[in-house]
Amino acid sequence: MILLWLIVVLLASGVLAWLAARSNPLWCRWISLAAVSIDFVLVLALWGRNLTVSLARTNDWFEQVDWSWIPQFGIHFHLAMDGLSLLLVLLTLFLGIVSVLASWTEITKGVGFFHFNLLWILAGIIGVFLALDLFLFYFAWELMLVPMYFLIAIWGHERRVYAATKFFLFTQLSGLLMLVAILALYFAHQRVTGVYTFEYADLLGTPLDPHTAMWIMLGFFIAFAVKLPMVPFHTWLADAHTEAPTAGSVILAGLLLKTGAYGLIRFAVPLFPGAAREFAPVAMTLAVVGILYGAILAFAQTDLKRLVAYTSISHLGFVLLGIYAANTIALQGALMTMICHGISTGALFVVAGALQDRMHTREMGAMGGLWDTVPRLSGVALFFALASLGLPGLGDFIGEFLVLLGTYRVNVTMAAVAATGVLAATFYALRLVQRAFQGPNTHKWQLPDLALREGLMLGVMIASLLWLGLYPQPVFHMFAQAANQFPALWR
Amino acid sequence: MTAIDLLALLPLLLVAATSVAVMLAAAVRRNHAVALGLTLAGLAAVFCSLFFIHPRHVTVLLVMDRYALFFMGLIVAASFVVALLAYAYLEKREDNHEEFYILLLVATLGSMVLSASTHFASLFLGLEILSVALYALISYLHERALPVEAGIKYLVLAAVSAGFLLFGIALLYADLGTMDFARIAQLLATKADLDLTLLLPGVALIVTGIGFKLALVPFHLWTPDVYEGAPAPVTAFVATVSKGGMFALLLRYFNQSGFGHGFAPVFLMFSIIAIASMFAGNLLALLQNNVKRILAYSSIAHMGYLLVAFQVGGPMGTSAVLFYLVAYFVMTLGAFGVVTVLSERHRDADLLEDYRGLFWRRPALALAFTAMLLSLAGIPLTAGFLGKFYIVAAGASVGAWSLILILVITSVIGLFYYLRIVVTLYAQPTASDPAHEPIPRRAPAATLVLAVLTVILVWLGVYPAPLLVAIRAAIGSIV
Repeated sequence: MILLWLIVVLLASGVLAWLAARSNPLWCRWISLAAVSIDFVLVLALWGRNLTVSLARTNDWFEQVDWSWIPQFGIHFHLAMDGLSLLLVLLTLFLGIVSVLASWTEITKGVGFFHFNLLWILAGIIGVFLALDLFLFYFAWELMLVPMYFLIAIWGHERRVYAATKFFLFTQLSGLLMLVAILALYFAHQRVTGVYTFEYADLLGTPLDPHTAMWIMLGFFIAFAVKLPMVPFHTWLADAHTEAPTAGSVILAGLLLKTGAYGLIRFAVPLFPGAAREFAPVAMTLAVVGILYGAILAFAQTDLKRLVAYTSISHLGFVLLGIYAANTIALQGALMTMICHGISTGALFVVAGALQDRMHTREMGAMGGLWDTVPRLSGVALFFALASLGLPGLGDFIGEFLVLLGTYRVNVTMAAVAATGVLAATFYALRLVQRAFQGPNTHKWQLPDLALREGLMLGVMIASLLWLGLYPQPVFHMFAQAANQFPALWR
Repeated sequence: MTAIDLLALLPLLLVAATSVAVMLAAAVRRNHAVALGLTLAGLAAVFCSLFFIHPRHVTVLLVMDRYALFFMGLIVAASFVVALLAYAYLEKREDNHEEFYILLLVATLGSMVLSASTHFASLFLGLEILSVALYALISYLHERALPVEAGIKYLVLAAVSAGFLLFGIALLYADLGTMDFARIAQLLATKADLDLTLLLPGVALIVTGIGFKLALVPFHLWTPDVYEGAPAPVTAFVATVSKGGMFALLLRYFNQSGFGHGFAPVFLMFSIIAIASMFAGNLLALLQNNVKRILAYSSIAHMGYLLVAFQVGGPMGTSAVLFYLVAYFVMTLGAFGVVTVLSERHRDADLLEDYRGLFWRRPALALAFTAMLLSLAGIPLTAGFLGKFYIVAAGASVGAWSLILILVITSVIGLFYYLRIVVTLYAQPTASDPAHEPIPRRAPAATLVLAVLTVILVWLGVYPAPLLVAIRAAIGSIV
């Protein structure tokens, strides 16, 4: 039941926040903050309860709800949580709090509707991470799009309509292909067993001939690859991230991209192990291409947010590589990268948003020497840039290191080429810091430094990255269930 | 004709009686509110009567089975909504108001007859009752140029297409010697030496006549002009009631006569029409700046989607058609309802500019419109999503992958123009915006109707199980 409450709290307080904004925008912000925090605490409690979960447990869910929804099609309202989804939901709510705080002063127009959309996106994302009925999964998958679209199209920057439309069309087309694939699987399963069902556990191990399995798998894969985003499906990303308001960018980079990776881990691989194995070399090659391509593009940007957006392509390349390397170590690395990338990139977008709020530009050419005027902000930016380039001691390093380690066992060449991606990250991250914060303050900027709200928020993010970098064991433990059985899925 | 037959025809008789009552009331004393009240009361009575009808054949012409009753319910409910929407709209305008409701009721009667007909004679009868009333309805604001132009365009094309239909019926009759659907099916199944030279052209001509009413490509040319020219409530009526009755007939005819599935050429013809409708509707809508025209082209595309499910046939395809039609009724009525509510005295609110920043002036109305548009685009939480899901599922169940792929691609193209309207709704109003001041609320009934439609839209999108049960029951008599 608690899983349902997680979603209902967000949906209901979304409506409540909207209504409250009519009398006072501040209430609306507090309601949103309270709602996300309540959910956050609930999930933390769930984690606490399952801290000592035995590693030997397989396919056993911490929590479940399962109701019949549309019996005519065999559709269930089935939510379930294991270690994998628990941490991703936790990340969702953590970044949800960050998003609400980051919008505290940035959003002044249509505050109520903004928070409504924000909370509904979070609800949709949590639905994606928890759904075990494929129809419900698709439902949630699509549901998070519409409010995201509004977030970009209404509160975005200059080219917001273009970016929002592009984002929507890309994800919608790929989503519809996934719907067709889901239905193909549904009917294929029915032909073999005579039962109409969208239930994940039932569809696992549906016997398919290799040709059909490959086609259906591709339907899923494209939807997830567009979200991830994998080169060559990445072109929506830079526009959407750049034009979105800070909260939108944080959610896009921190969470929406992760739904793609989650989909691969939860659905695309386990449902079609044979096809996935056959496809793995292609996916890994594209992942490596993405790592390098994203890094090179990031290096060439002058727009701060655009730069950060392109680094996401590079980092998510590591995630894709880790998934298709098909071993426990690489998958642990991929999952760790997902969490840490969510935090570090989210924080970089918060920094970029804070700068834009103060300077009304994102052009790095117009910055330079900001350290003189906003030392705290600059220091924070340096920290997250270092996290992004994979400095040992911070979470991102752990993730990428494990991915490379795992990949090395499968394919040495891929691992070697991907490792140069870490090197490339050094270039773009340090370039960001140099161009924006170091050197002389040629433009004579006089700006207010971090406010208490921003400082606290970024401070917690710094602390969590340090924790993940120095003592990642609890996280690995949570992921262990999924990661340990992952290699067996491919056989 | 026995008393039981007459009793079975009660819904039809009641609609006819209501139109006479409205006419007599107007003859005694013109009063807009009384005309509306009588119409609504009549339609409500008809709707209630549907639940007490025992399915039976009434002569060879009509059958009052669950399928017909289902469609009659849908049609009557839609007319009810149109009447409510029309009240405030007409009240603002100069013409006589009462005749509108008489025509509306007559057109409703025609559409109901279509949904119950099992014979070419009753088909034609229903079609003409519907069409003749529509000519007048479309050009109801007869002192304005656009409605009259639209009315004449519709008159000419509808008459020609009715000619095609008649010719097709004649060819079929010449070949088979009957106009009864059930008998045709029997002959097709048993007759060894079918003469296809008359049969196929006959079917093609009949499809032409039906295709015109449904605005399928290539018989769609009237659609944008008539949608644009007709008064907004009438456009809603043309888009829903008129097409719904015709689709009911199409389904029954091809399911009962056995043309749809045994005959490869007919199947191929429908495939081509469906593909052309999906592409043409969605692509041409991209070029429009007029909301009514956009919705016109989008309705062409939606008829294409429906044809995909229609071709799948069987219980799955047929129930997909019915579900999608219900969703289509709700969202189309809702979309044109918003247009109606926003229309000024001198012209309909049909330009994209009329909707700029509507959200910041009238959030509830903008949200209702957004819900309708997202439903038309097939986004979850709305009936349109489940409808599209159902159609894709029906297609997947028989492995019609190429049709599904085209449906997917074209609906993404379609998304683009729906989003264009949505973006306009939420555009930040600039200071120089002439429509900056809030629009006064003048149509409480219409606003209420929109609220109800939105609730139904979401309800069907989240909990469709009861409707699916009703649909399963309804299609029992035709598949």
